[in-house]
Amino acid sequence: MDALLLQILNGLDKGSAYALIALGLTLIFGTLGVVNFAHGALFMIGAFCAVFIQGVLNLSYETVDETQKDFLGNPLKVKTPHVENWFGPETGAAIIDWSVPLAILFAIPVMIAVGVIMERGLIKHFYKRPHADQILVTFGLAIVLQEVIKYFYGANPIPTPAPSSLAGAFDFGVLFGFDPNAIIYPYWRMIYFVFAIAIIGAVFAFLQFTTYGMVVRAGMADRETVSMLGINIDKRFTMMFGIAAAVAGLAGVMYTPINPPNYHMGMDFLVLSFVVVVVGGMGSLPGAVLAGFLLGILESFASTTWATTTIPGINQVIIYVVAIIVLLTRPRGLMGRKGVMEE
Amino acid sequence: MLGLNKKDTSLFLVIVVLTILAPLLLNPFPSETALAQFNAGYPDLMQRFVVFGIFAIGFNILFGLTGYLSFGHAAFLGIGSYSAVWIYKLFTYNVLPALVLAIIVSGFFAVLIGYVSLRRSGIYFSILTLAFAQMSFALAYSVLSNPKFNLTNGETGLQVYANDLQLFHRESLPDFPHLFGLSMGSTYKLGAGPWEFQFNVAYYFCAIMMILAFYFAIRLFRSPFGMMLRAVKSNQQRLNYTGLNSRPYMLAAFVISGMYAGLAGGLLAVTDPLAGAERMQWTASGEVVLMTILGGTGTLIGPVLGAGFIKYFENIFSKINDQVLHQWFTFLPDGLEDFLVAIVHPFIGKGWHLTLGILFMLVVIFLPGGLVEGGQRVERAVRRLMRRGKAADAANVSAE
Repeated sequence: MDALLLQILNGLDKGSAYALIALGLTLIFGTLGVVNFAHGALFMIGAFCAVFIQGVLNLSYETVDETQKDFLGNPLKVKTPHVENWFGPETGAAIIDWSVPLAILFAIPVMIAVGVIMERGLIKHFYKRPHADQILVTFGLAIVLQEVIKYFYGANPIPTPAPSSLAGAFDFGVLFGFDPNAIIYPYWRMIYFVFAIAIIGAVFAFLQFTTYGMVVRAGMADRETVSMLGINIDKRFTMMFGIAAAVAGLAGVMYTPINPPNYHMGMDFLVLSFVVVVVGGMGSLPGAVLAGFLLGILESFASTTWATTTIPGINQVIIYVVAIIVLLTRPRGLMGRKGVMEE
Repeated sequence: MLGLNKKDTSLFLVIVVLTILAPLLLNPFPSETALAQFNAGYPDLMQRFVVFGIFAIGFNILFGLTGYLSFGHAAFLGIGSYSAVWIYKLFTYNVLPALVLAIIVSGFFAVLIGYVSLRRSGIYFSILTLAFAQMSFALAYSVLSNPKFNLTNGETGLQVYANDLQLFHRESLPDFPHLFGLSMGSTYKLGAGPWEFQFNVAYYFCAIMMILAFYFAIRLFRSPFGMMLRAVKSNQQRLNYTGLNSRPYMLAAFVISGMYAGLAGGLLAVTDPLAGAERMQWTASGEVVLMTILGGTGTLIGPVLGAGFIKYFENIFSKINDQVLHQWFTFLPDGLEDFLVAIVHPFIGKGWHLTLGILFMLVVIFLPGGLVEGGQRVERAVRRLMRRGKAADAANVSAE
């Protein structure tokens, strides 16, 4: 029982990332009808927003402290981040420590801007072209974005730790009456899960309970009629692209403490996220979220020693196998809508 | 000739002549000069031209004719390589059985994957093929290299070891892939003044294979079967409504395309008896898509052009560094020189992928027909100019 719970918990954080990326993909697909291969790159850019903020907060100046000596006997050079100078040492250190959560504030406007620029600058011109062209141009864009990041930050993963007060792990087992240390779960992963739920909830609430969201949903159902009613649906869809980019970006920001970001992390997630979208059903938002969590949990179950000894390599292929089975038995995916991308 | 019409025959002959004379044509600069780095006439690079040419021709049979975008074609490339190396390990270094097995095994896998993937079309097909390829990659990389059942040798890559079985290997035969004793590694060097030309056995072997593959592709493009595939691209639904079952045709195209990829994979193992899992990764699948699009989808010559273009510039761009750039721009004033070098710097050396990405986007956006369409546009523009010139002349004459 405790092993079961542990695997479910383990699956949740990866599942959250899948769900968030797949949610963004589906939003774009459902509104604009575009298959966005650059969505993984948006996830990656979000992660590098965190790296950027961490770098900015750590900008420092050097002073020579005559009273202290380094190991060579020279006066010690002390680096003080500007932030500590401005806010005082304690507050400054705390700000630096909390750089990842702070990066969220920075990432939201940046990602929305990136998304809107992408849509207006490039993808707008591809609505009338075949899906293959859309895939190809966004694939090219993904390569370019990756390489730009690689040019500035290099190819190595950059550690971006979580705030030290959240770095520990939580003994889940005690809560449910198991032995201590049976289920250890890092705080940050828990936060990631809660955060993902919050974001998903926010997106759904936005679509469901605001007038803006209502119009967007109407546009998803029948774009032509909505635009005939005198509503500028294109503008709203552009905004939805921005929001989808922000969702992917936030998923990236919060993922940095779990896995140090490198320039190709987006591609690794993208392939799986596409599978998630297809399993969930193209164009179905709840389907994307559900499939994201399901596949995340399934993957973590397949990674147990019991599973890998029974069927070697099952952890590597489980998601693809599930995708193939689902596509062949339920062509529209788990919760796919009728008439969306039938061909 | 050979059952081709006049236009195709000339195209075919051009390809034949170009591939056979490649060691000469691709070495226009004397080897001691600064321009020698732009030479492409050395075996390693030329082999890649033709091998990836085959790969792209095969991919084009599927994507160009039927419009089904497979994002997992590299799986067959990897399978071909692995099968060829297994023939080396178990039986002999002779390349013919290796290639035959490579084609058969990749064809077999193509039947399996194609049968499942072709049940869906459009984006679903792309994702299914991608999923299959990633699955093969993951399996080859980790699971199939466990000590009990080592099929792929994991990260190290599959290669021939001294204690391998090699049933039909004899002392007199070379310890390298060979064709009945003629080692694929041997190169005949011809010095002519300041030039040095290299004629490599493996290159010519691969070149002959590519010529055969190209010929087969022409015949296929012009056959009734090819017409059926084009019909699938233009409107599959209508085709189905006319009472034709398009699926067997699709499957045949997919399998042929997969066998081409298997042949290319086998040839990679001919030039270098090593097979690694990274050949199956989806970036490799992406590369062949890039090649085909860049050259011109659905055209005969396009994929070969695209493959050559990408492999050539990959090689050249990665070699250029800041020092070379400074040499080029020495004639400029110092400030301007540094400025230009700083501008170009991100696009060269390790930044080649950035250049490739930008180039690819530009092609998809502005030139969906690829290099071939670009060439046609230039040709048309030149013709128009000439005609206008002639008309102007005629007008002048009549005015006089």
